[in-house]
Amino acid sequence: MNIVVCVKYVPDAQSDRSFRDSDRTVDRDGVDGLLSELDEYAVEEALKIVEAAGEGEVTVLTVGPEAAANAIKKALQMGADRGVHVEDEAIHGSDAAATSLVLAEAVRKATGGTPELVMTGMSSTDGVMGVVPAMLAERLGLPQVTYASELTVGEGTVTIRRDGDTASETIEASLPALVSVTDQINEPRYPSFKGIMAAKKKPVEQWGLADLGIDTSQVGLDAAWTSVVSVTKRPPRAQGQIVADEGDGGSRLAEFLAGQKFI
Amino acid sequence: MAATRLMPTEEGQDLIDLTREICDKELRPRVDEAERAAARDESFPTEVFRTLGKAGLLSLPQPEEFGGYGQPYEVYLQVVEEIASAWMSVAVGVSVHSLTAHPVTTFGTPEQQQALLPEMLSGDQLGAYCLSEPLAGSDIGSMTTRAVAEGSGGEPTAYRLRGRKAWISHAGHADYYTTFARTSDEEGRGLSCFVVPADAPGITFGTPERKMGLHCDTVREVMYDDVPVDASRRIGAEGQGMAIALAALDAGRLGIAAAATGLAQSALDLAAGYAQERQQFGRPIAANQGLAFLIADMEAAVTSARATYLHAARLKDAGRAYSKEAAVAKLTATDAAMRVTTDAVQVLGGAGYTEDFPAERYMREAKVTQIFEGTNQIQRLVISRHVLR
Ligand SMILES: Cc1cc2nc3c(=O)[nH]c(=O)nc-3n(C[C@H](O)[C@H](O)[C@H](O)COP(=O)(O)OP(=O)(O)OC[C@H]3O[C@@H](n4cnc5c(N)ncnc54)[C@H](O)[C@@H]3O)c2cc1C
Repeated sequence: MNIVVCVKYVPDAQSDRSFRDSDRTVDRDGVDGLLSELDEYAVEEALKIVEAAGEGEVTVLTVGPEAAANAIKKALQMGADRGVHVEDEAIHGSDAAATSLVLAEAVRKATGGTPELVMTGMSSTDGVMGVVPAMLAERLGLPQVTYASELTVGEGTVTIRRDGDTASETIEASLPALVSVTDQINEPRYPSFKGIMAAKKKPVEQWGLADLGIDTSQVGLDAAWTSVVSVTKRPPRAQGQIVADEGDGGSRLAEFLAGQKFI
Repeated sequence: MAATRLMPTEEGQDLIDLTREICDKELRPRVDEAERAAARDESFPTEVFRTLGKAGLLSLPQPEEFGGYGQPYEVYLQVVEEIASAWMSVAVGVSVHSLTAHPVTTFGTPEQQQALLPEMLSGDQLGAYCLSEPLAGSDIGSMTTRAVAEGSGGEPTAYRLRGRKAWISHAGHADYYTTFARTSDEEGRGLSCFVVPADAPGITFGTPERKMGLHCDTVREVMYDDVPVDASRRIGAEGQGMAIALAALDAGRLGIAAAATGLAQSALDLAAGYAQERQQFGRPIAANQGLAFLIADMEAAVTSARATYLHAARLKDAGRAYSKEAAVAKLTATDAAMRVTTDAVQVLGGAGYTEDFPAERYMREAKVTQIFEGTNQIQRLVISRHVLR
């Protein structure tokens, strides 16, 4: 089974994140980035499927700026076989719809038009929209099986478990299909030093929009269906209210909680 | 703050990135509780060593032909330093494990290397280094553990080990015990080196020592009661043991120097962060020059500790003599760790003296680095002998 895993390079949540003044997109300069942690689960699951089958290849695909090559590198170090990096000035500022368009064309090109299994994380850790998997499935004309917390590949089918608040669903789809996975599905491996050394020799394709036959007018900030009008930094956390206990501490506490509709 | 590093290779930088990730996700979240638990129940972080082993971090400096990763000491030691900045006991364990393989990689025959190293360096195994004895610490030439040769005339076919080793790291958890024992009465020239498997009959362990710190480095006595060891497991010639032990310690000392540097770095980071947050007299305590200069001295100590071990490492990597420089590094880095961790407690004040912050643990952990793998008095002995020959 050949699997394409779509991964995203995101700013490290540990460091300060900000937006650019000029176009109100995420400022990626000077911020350390990494392979989105939620995508590590998809990479891990794909590796497990291929390892269990004893055959097949895992291709990691990312759409992003130059530094996004680091997300591919990490996935290759974990054990993926090859990488595809789509990078084009014109992509900057693309919304989810445009991103899914680029991803879809790249998946087609990477698989000769016939993907077997496409996998993604359940959302990115920066945008947290969670809609790209569904859009991508739609564009590729594949069944979309999202939020998998367990995955089994059968003869021409894929079966997942989706855990909801009140029930767990078991869902089966015919292959080819697109599956997005949750952070419950596995424990992503660390790269090993062997993996680090091996990754250096693995092929990474570099494609631009022209390679995918996408017109620049279909992507980028100008083509986005939504635009960010303004950005305000969340105010620093204000100091809480201190109640000095003058014998009535209990009732004042209850008053406060009732006032906030907690009780 | 992560230390500024200039790695000699891209793969070296990748290794540091991998180490930092594992430290952040696996070591830092566990260290406080694990050290506290080990002080009570003598538990040992086997799982953590498995994780490091799987990632390849337990066999970095050994040659690739033996199953290692052929990394220069310049890279390996910085990995040890990163690990120590997260969990000192584990970094010491990584260094000790390297020490246990050193005799085989350096003095073993090709047959011994093929027979022993693939398992030792697999990442699944952990070694112990059995040199010290209750009555022979600094003065290892006075050891009394004996290896009695068996076989009729000619080369011995086997040995029987009898005696007692003290303060042995990983004892009871290790898969093999690199052991030094006496094969003749000629003091320092009568020692030989053996690799004893953990399941050899007659090997037993004392109860873990109750220590001041470094609780996850389990330390016990190892007792040898006529333990049979095949002659194929004697590394080097009879009588070569002292030279083998000292060569391994030269390399091992660098591991301790690197670990001490990482520990000091953590203490400095903790102190610098606290000093900028803690307010007294209406401003951060760091705004007082008297305290800011203390922090500056801590930074200078950490940076110079790192420089001394890297200098020795580069000499070693280039195949040059580095014994003196290794002793200088061990002395400098461990004294720096003691001072910096003590000052970190000072910067944190009363909070530093409580278990709510790791400063007091760092200080307890620093102390042992001035003692093991040759006390700092012994380092001065080594250095002065080199200078005054
Ligand atoms: C946590 C821990 C882990 C250890 N792990 C191991 C291990 O894995 N394997 C192993 O073999 N050993 C291990 N050791 C033992 C350690 O290496 C010894 O404790 C150390 O070498 C010192 O020996 P000693 O304790 O007998 O001290 P001693 O040799 O009795 O020294 C006592 C004091 O006298 C000083 N002194 C001794 N001789 C001289 C001299 N000539 N000139 C000036 N001063 C001198 C020393 O510096 C020291 O201050 C470990 C110890 C500890 C605490």
